[in-house]
Amino acid sequence: MTALLAQSGFPEAMTSLTLYHYLFISAVMFTLGLIGFVTRRNLIVMFLCTEMMFQASGIALVAFSRFYLEYTGQVFVIFVLTVAAAEAAMALALVVLLFRRHETLDGSVWSLLKG
Amino acid sequence: MLISPTLAAAADGAHAVGSAPGWVLLIPMLPMLAVVLNTLAAVFRVRTKLPAWTTIACLAGSFVATLFAFMALSGQTSVVTAWSWFDLSWGTGQGQRFVADFGFYIDNLTLLWMLFVTGLATLIAVYASEYMEHDVGKGYTRFFVAFALFVFSMTCLVMGDNMLMLYLGWEGVGLCSYLLIGYFYKKPSAVAAAKKAFIVNRIGDLGLAIGVMLTFVHFGTLEYAQLFQSEQLQGYIAAVQEGRAGDVPLMAQLIAVFLMIGAFGKSAQFPLYVWLPDAMEGPTPVSALIHAATMVTAGVYLIARMLPVFLVSEWALPVVAWVGTFTALLAATIGMAQFDIKRIMAYSTVSQLGYMFAGVAMLSSVGGVYHVVTHAFFKALLFLCCGAVMHGFAGQLDLRKLSGLWHMKGWRVVSVGMLIGCLNLAGVPFTAGFFSKDMIIAEAFVTPGYGFSFLGWTLLFTAGLTAYYTFRVFFRVFTGPVQYEPGDEHHGHDNDHGHDHGHGDHAHDDHGHPSSESLGHQDHGHDHFHPHPPRFAINFVLATLSVLAILAAGLYFVTPEKHGWVGSMLESTTAHNVYTADHSAAAMFLIDEDAHAAHDTHADASHGDHAAHGSILGFDPHKVMYYISAIFGLTGIGLAAYLHGPKGLVSGFLGNRVEAGRCRMDAVAKAFDPIPRWAENKWYVDELYHFLFVRPLWVVAHVFHAIDKLFVDGLVNLFGYLPRLLGRGAQPGQSGVLNGYALSMAGGVGVILFIVVLVTL
Repeated sequence: MTALLAQSGFPEAMTSLTLYHYLFISAVMFTLGLIGFVTRRNLIVMFLCTEMMFQASGIALVAFSRFYLEYTGQVFVIFVLTVAAAEAAMALALVVLLFRRHETLDGSVWSLLKG
Repeated sequence: MLISPTLAAAADGAHAVGSAPGWVLLIPMLPMLAVVLNTLAAVFRVRTKLPAWTTIACLAGSFVATLFAFMALSGQTSVVTAWSWFDLSWGTGQGQRFVADFGFYIDNLTLLWMLFVTGLATLIAVYASEYMEHDVGKGYTRFFVAFALFVFSMTCLVMGDNMLMLYLGWEGVGLCSYLLIGYFYKKPSAVAAAKKAFIVNRIGDLGLAIGVMLTFVHFGTLEYAQLFQSEQLQGYIAAVQEGRAGDVPLMAQLIAVFLMIGAFGKSAQFPLYVWLPDAMEGPTPVSALIHAATMVTAGVYLIARMLPVFLVSEWALPVVAWVGTFTALLAATIGMAQFDIKRIMAYSTVSQLGYMFAGVAMLSSVGGVYHVVTHAFFKALLFLCCGAVMHGFAGQLDLRKLSGLWHMKGWRVVSVGMLIGCLNLAGVPFTAGFFSKDMIIAEAFVTPGYGFSFLGWTLLFTAGLTAYYTFRVFFRVFTGPVQYEPGDEHHGHDNDHGHDHGHGDHAHDDHGHPSSESLGHQDHGHDHFHPHPPRFAINFVLATLSVLAILAAGLYFVTPEKHGWVGSMLESTTAHNVYTADHSAAAMFLIDEDAHAAHDTHADASHGDHAAHGSILGFDPHKVMYYISAIFGLTGIGLAAYLHGPKGLVSGFLGNRVEAGRCRMDAVAKAFDPIPRWAENKWYVDELYHFLFVRPLWVVAHVFHAIDKLFVDGLVNLFGYLPRLLGRGAQPGQSGVLNGYALSMAGGVGVILFIVVLVTL
């Protein structure tokens, strides 16, 4: 399979830019997203942070896909992006509704489940 | 050997059990109809006197049906079955089938009882229609529902053709008694009295229940017709009469003992009499009907009905006689010292019930049952008179605060009724009470054995006490100067007595009572109080009952050879006894089995005709008793007149009372100091029971309550508490802060990662 691809001019497996670079980027993005989510109070920012963590996992998937020459990962990322788009629309709508309730974007206002 | 007429009559009656016509069912069903109609009236919130008229009509119908039954069926024994109630079988052998029909057993004993039950119930319903009118629209319907249900239960008790029906009626009357004692349920004392009556009756009812069960276990049937003709029972009776009492199994003898306990509870005999005086918290018509005339005689009925079963035990009837006599004496002594006239009548009821028990137990069921009938009339009359007084004087019952009603306008019917009732109760010659009481006392001397002649003297002495306390009430309340003080129900029997009887007429001060010097007018702030004399319904009932109480004496002269009408009635029933026909049989029955006992004076009386009579001071008791009891009765009345009579009675020789609250008795009471006080406090029997039973049970109950609280509840609570404890531990995690959740999730992931790294390294 790999030989067949090489004959038809498909690029070769990565050499200088290794998988670990991509994974490192992914991990950094994920961590930044996590830190942002934990520390920020603004609902929109928090939402964007979750998106960032989302995309971090997408990068990791694409990287692994390329690394193992297994396209399932890339296909999966496309699906994830689609779902993320839909989810973004819904989440923003929710944020708008929450804002209308309390006229604020502070996430700490919403603590009804406090035990 | 000698077979007593009891046995023969039972056998004859049992063989001739016919079937009664279906219309006899009207007797129990009409009161039931009244219950249904009154319940409907309650559902539709009828605010008129309709329930009273419904009840009166149905009860009167029931009485007429009883009269027809009496005319058609008197002298026979017949059974009519409404429907099959219980029919269980668990095998084909003897005693493996349990049958109890919803059926009615009509014989003369039943008819006799039903005649006065339905008749008095009708009259008292008429009385109650006026007496209870202050409650129209409130408790009026409830009162008449319970009233009609009582009559239905009583018909089941008296007419049921098996012991289960008797038990049903027994519990039914107990329930109605409870409901009606607690009629004024906002009054704590009424509620307490109702509870006391119910609980004390429970003890007796348990005895009855065990008696009924033992009867089935031992004889295999509860139906009277089969029970009384069973060869087993006849064999036992024959064995006892032949002096082989030891041959009767203990279980058969225990039946009589347990039935006796049941009878003591319902008929308020020592030691279970304490509920009856408290039962006077109920409305007076209830006291008259249930707690004087009918329900409390159920015990007498039970013994009269089950007399063959009682004859099986050689000592059950003597025990009944002793207990009855003791109760008669005890209650009379308490009654002498009470001041509440209704309570005096209550103790007098207990006392007279003692006479009935003594009469039935001394094999004079004719005397006992005759006394039931006469007592029903005159005691109902006395109670209704007391009720009229209570009604008119705003609940005043204290004889120290009422005087001279005879001289007040509008109270003559009540006064005359009271006088007739008192003459009967005191046993003044030629009254009904005189004849019936004499029959019982004479029988105590006629029937030898077990110290009955001692009981006879005790009963005679008690008759004197009875005459005294009866006329104490009469002289205090009805004679003397006109003085009165209203009770505390001036503004209502039950909080809001509408001023609808004409005493709200404040403008006309003392109108119609010019001579009254009301004791409480100034002192107690009951300004403008006017006693309101009874109106037509009450006066009509009192007059009717007075006539009936007088006429009841005439029953004694119907068929005198059989000791009066009651004797001729009982002749064909199982209550018929050795007394009327053959005294030597009585002597045989009681002496032979106990020949070694020291009844020497009577030992030679076991054979022969007239020698079989016991004697009193060497005379024939039946003849001499008229004079002796008359002496005791008149002495009692004379004493009452001397101690309580008004000034001027018998040209000043007797009586010197010039005001309501003071009389010669005060000095006498002071002279005997602690005794009258103890008697007034009911010899502290209630306190004794409280100490012996109530208090220990209270302590035990609290101990068990503590154990229950500590261990049972503790275990349950522990299982409820543990999850709560866990939840409280985990609670801080649920901070409600979104970032916090995210942090903990991240932390969790971190920990997992750390472990994975640690493991894979």
